[in-house]
Amino acid sequence: MSEFFLMNGHGAYVWSAYGLTLAVLILNAWLARTKHQSALQRARELARQAEVPRKQPTVRRLT
Amino acid sequence: MKLPRWFHQLGSPPYVYRLADRLCPWLGGLGLVLLAVGAYWGLVIAPPDYQQGEVYRIIYIHPQTAYIGMMSYVVMAVAAAIGYVWRMKLAHAVAVSAAPIGAWFTFCALFTGAVWGRPTWGTYWQWGDPRIMFEALLLFLFLGYLSLRGAFDDRDKADRVTAILAVVGVVNVPIVHFSVEWWNSIHQGPTILRAGGPAMTNDMLVPFLIMVAAFTLTFSWLLLRRLQGEIVEREGDAKWIRELVGEGTA
Repeated sequence: MSEFFLMNGHGAYVWSAYGLTLAVLILNAWLARTKHQSALQRARELARQAEVPRKQPTVRRLT
Repeated sequence: MKLPRWFHQLGSPPYVYRLADRLCPWLGGLGLVLLAVGAYWGLVIAPPDYQQGEVYRIIYIHPQTAYIGMMSYVVMAVAAAIGYVWRMKLAHAVAVSAAPIGAWFTFCALFTGAVWGRPTWGTYWQWGDPRIMFEALLLFLFLGYLSLRGAFDDRDKADRVTAILAVVGVVNVPIVHFSVEWWNSIHQGPTILRAGGPAMTNDMLVPFLIMVAAFTLTFSWLLLRRLQGEIVEREGDAKWIRELVGEGTA
């Protein structure tokens, strides 16, 4: 098993390459997700703001 | 010129957003499974190389990340050109989404190349080597594209100006690819896409191609997820977005 991690003395090179690639993949998935979520959050706030004036009566009562 | 129906559908943000929602679980799921299978096959099952021994196993990620970087650039340039010519906002959104992914994968290719170069060529970095220099230029084109975008407050203007940079810079992609044939480089020549077929036996070629498929699927997944965020950001308070987030529908 330890032979597998040592990679015949080249373990540091092989594992740093694989480790960085894995980190970049995870980071990109996280970045895409964060961007999507924050855009949705902003859209939710925009929608809420747009909703407020519509709830107020705009027609004057004639009595 | 009359454009086909699918072209108009692909120009419609809500259509593409929902299409991405349907495709992403498959692309991401299959991509991650193939990444795991390919990595296990490449690191454990595949035999060591007769010259390089174990360190050659970087071949299952280095060319793939480099290819995704170049592919991102082509996607970015083609999308930017479509957006520029047909004034299609969604195409610009695709271009913007591809840029950071391309930058990350190009960085990844440079890093994995460096740690492969050290034990095999005796150096992490070789100034003046055509393959390394043009690959580094690819990274700077992505970074230049992104920072140029940041210089504009007006998104439409940023789209149009950066589209020109994206299209002009695409000339670098074939240069990166053919650099090892056109000039003397310490980098090896093509192994797979060469006359006479791949110079690799099947016990190495199969995991290599699995990893190519895995990275392609993962890239498509990342691109679509980024595109979804970009679409929501750009569409702002469109009615379908309001319905999507479940606000203001009453």
